[in-house]
Amino acid sequence: MPDPTPLIPHPASVAGPQTSRDRILPGALRVEGLALQVAGKPLIDIDRLLLDPRSVTIIMGPNGAGKSLFLRLIHGLIAPSSGWISWGEVACGEATRSTQAMVFQKPVLLRRSVAANIDFVLRHRSGNRAERRSRCDELLTLVGLAGQAQQPARLLSGGEQQRLALARALATRPKVLLLDEPTASLDPASVQMIEQIVLASSAAQTKVIFVTHDVGQARRLAGDVAFLHHGQLAEHGPAAKFFANPSSESAQAYLSGRIVL
Amino acid sequence: MQDFAGAFGLAFGLIASGDADLFEIVGLSMRVSLSALVLSCLIGFPFGALLVVRKFFGRGIVIALVNSMMGFPPVVIGLLVYLALSRAGPMGWLGLLYSPTAMIIAQTLLIAPIVAALSRQVLEALQAEYDEQFRSLGISRGRAMLALIVDGRYGLLTVALAGFGRAIAEVGAVIIVGGNIEHLTRVMTTAIALETSKGDLGMALALGIILMSIAVSVNLVAGTLRALAERQAYA
Repeated sequence: MPDPTPLIPHPASVAGPQTSRDRILPGALRVEGLALQVAGKPLIDIDRLLLDPRSVTIIMGPNGAGKSLFLRLIHGLIAPSSGWISWGEVACGEATRSTQAMVFQKPVLLRRSVAANIDFVLRHRSGNRAERRSRCDELLTLVGLAGQAQQPARLLSGGEQQRLALARALATRPKVLLLDEPTASLDPASVQMIEQIVLASSAAQTKVIFVTHDVGQARRLAGDVAFLHHGQLAEHGPAAKFFANPSSESAQAYLSGRIVL
Repeated sequence: MQDFAGAFGLAFGLIASGDADLFEIVGLSMRVSLSALVLSCLIGFPFGALLVVRKFFGRGIVIALVNSMMGFPPVVIGLLVYLALSRAGPMGWLGLLYSPTAMIIAQTLLIAPIVAALSRQVLEALQAEYDEQFRSLGISRGRAMLALIVDGRYGLLTVALAGFGRAIAEVGAVIIVGGNIEHLTRVMTTAIALETSKGDLGMALALGIILMSIAVSVNLVAGTLRALAERQAYA
């Protein structure tokens, strides 16, 4: 008989902010009593989650676990039914969203050239034409699209489109980078490039929250892992512990390749 | 039947000889309808975009209203503009009745709702795709509207054409506020109506042929542009 209420290790003790100074960094996510109901149906119900402001946090879980919803909630794209979300000391909202960038599973590109897609975001911040141009070149070189700057963005391959979306996300120099299964069904070269850029961003002090259900990818990237199941936080802890010895039954089943219902 | 063939002969003769009266009428038609189109696009595109971007209270009613204005009969619009511009009307002091300006006003009132309603439909689909990304990027409503109009340009081109087609082919409104005055407010449709009732079928038919060629070529140009755009995945 499984224990109906598995003991979840207190997140703060395993991967939460380490010092009081950490708690005010813009990447220090704090979630309390977060709930989202749609038409009376509970979709998200997370009692408490604290994230380290520096590491790469991987969010895993079976399809329909609420991973994308969770990402949209903490980015402030949808409002929770109840609960508290803050980044550093700032409540989640327009102010926090402006320091963040999100890469969606299906890249949304403007019906313009590759360079114009980047410039659209750069123009949003000020900066003269020459500055924007050099920054645009820099970003396109980073994602390996420098040679395709003048091509129509929507004629790029799936992997190239997602790389462009990533470059656009980085254009704003975000403090937090949110990625919603960005490499699902992409070519391996693009997956590798995206992972390398994500790790480099993390090394450059950007907090990364990465949704994936690719276990291999999670192992490659994760500093800590939050596992969602039925909209609830099944467990959260350092990657090494999570992969070696997951504490929740759903995560154990998921990692061993069984279907998690 | 001889009359029929004769009328065609006369019509092509007028066109080929570059008849001054004929081309004056064509020119005025184009001027009036293109002006009305430009004004309607300046009003209709932003208004359509606004309806898409802002989910204000009563938006559904406004959309239903604009949609129903698409089907407004031109003669009624003509009548309303006539009442407003006639000497006793609220804008009678402008002295615009029976002038090309009055015709432009009437046609603008006629097609601006069409442009606005169709723009909203075109941009709604685009907004559904862009909305979340724009909010994530913190794009302001104004910039989002502009981006929707720019990115929806090929869809909006078709919208503009629908408006132009309606304006150039319309007779009811321009005849009431323009009066079909020779060398002043006579346009293709009013001239066709007049010449036909006078029995001058050659002139009427010549104008009819030009009117139809304009409609066809405008659509051809738009179709070509759209095909080019689709090849670039911009449409």
